[in-house]
Amino acid sequence: MTTYNFAYLDEATKRMIRRALLKAVAIPGYQVPFASREMPMPYGWGTGGVQVTASITGPDDVLKVIDQGSDDTTNAVSIRQFFARVADVATTTSTTEATIIQTRHRIPETPLSPGQILVYQVPIPEPLRLLEPRETETRIMHALAEYGLMHVKLYEDIAKHGRIAKTYAYPVLVEDRYVMDPSPTPKFDNPKMNDSPALQLFGAGREKRIYALPPHTKVISLDFEDHPFEVQRFTEPCALCGSTGVYLDEIVTDDRGGRMYACSDTDWCERVRAARAEAAE
Amino acid sequence: MDAAVLEGGFADAARDSQSTFRAILSALSEPGTVHPVTAVAAPPAPLGPAAGAILLTLLDQETPVWLAPAFGAPVREWTTFQTGAPVTEDRAAARFAVLDTPDLAGFDRGSDAYPDRSATLILTADGATPFALAGPGVDGRRAAALPLPAAFAETWAENRALFPRGLDLLIVGGEGVIGLPRTTELLCTSR
Repeated sequence: MTTYNFAYLDEATKRMIRRALLKAVAIPGYQVPFASREMPMPYGWGTGGVQVTASITGPDDVLKVIDQGSDDTTNAVSIRQFFARVADVATTTSTTEATIIQTRHRIPETPLSPGQILVYQVPIPEPLRLLEPRETETRIMHALAEYGLMHVKLYEDIAKHGRIAKTYAYPVLVEDRYVMDPSPTPKFDNPKMNDSPALQLFGAGREKRIYALPPHTKVISLDFEDHPFEVQRFTEPCALCGSTGVYLDEIVTDDRGGRMYACSDTDWCERVRAARAEAAE
Repeated sequence: MDAAVLEGGFADAARDSQSTFRAILSALSEPGTVHPVTAVAAPPAPLGPAAGAILLTLLDQETPVWLAPAFGAPVREWTTFQTGAPVTEDRAAARFAVLDTPDLAGFDRGSDAYPDRSATLILTADGATPFALAGPGVDGRRAAALPLPAAFAETWAENRALFPRGLDLLIVGGEGVIGLPRTTELLCTSR
């Protein structure tokens, strides 16, 4: 593939994205505008994450791509192959071996380590967007740290449903300053963002925004004293590996109401099953 | 024009700028730690190779750069030829600045609405004053020997008080690059 520049993007584009990334790291939780490019995949397939990954990846990196925790769905496979082809980068499905993990809507169950970079694909980076459609207004709200509207929304949830009904893209407060959209990860993953040893980068291609969380950044899920933040709990363990305390997918097994719950993180599930099999021998 | 101006750029622009960028990204993500710059750049003296590599990695025609008076005509010509970045004499107009003393006065600190539109300063310095660092990117508190005068802690506290506005600093020495984002709390531990 000598017809493409290394990592697909031209050098001027990478420089522009890299400058945005540095400012994003310097201002945790703040959305830095950037001149997002057309990518060889449709918006919604991770064009933001792909541009971030293309701007940071080098020949020494090992790339893992997950889609809802899974390494083997179409989106994950095609992005992994894309980078293997245009950046000649080694790929893996192992969370521990990867130096860069591009993710669509999950944080791996295996704890991340220092030096790793997690790249999120973000559809709507503005946490206030569904409450205030005007960019001119949300920009002022962030400038003034005026987040009353978000608290009203959470309060209305409690008034209507008796609890905060948001289960994914659950808003967080970064370093006591910026309200940030954690991308549509289940709120189960929100606590993993806080004080993570890994660098977390967020790319929104269609909305042209980049934001970041440096390692060991304070990330608190918004809540109220009498309605504290809680993550999802599952009543049964993973049907395949028996793990508890992990995020499970519901899988419908027939048309008579049959269903099973299995790990959303396929690498974790495989690892636990392999360890079980080894222990049994 | 001196022929040296035409020399000393990256041999492989894509890979050299990638490795240099990762050093800068790690430096700003883990304030106070030293990250070696391995790509080879050869700017005219007195600009060092690591500082030169950082300019080649981050600058282009969209980023006016301010150069301290210590960096004479050869450095200015080299920077413009190699990166395309216009050299400005106006501190407020600069997106990047190369300094030989930690003088932060006059540079653009961004606005509350667009704090990302602040300047990034590249300080070339050697030395070791003990500081303690805290803030995002630091697990608790980190001890670091930085090539900065002890009094810089006050200057930096003023910069940090402006958050989310503020300047970000890259300190470049012989060993590599150290990042000091606007969020970092800096305490001098030698006094």
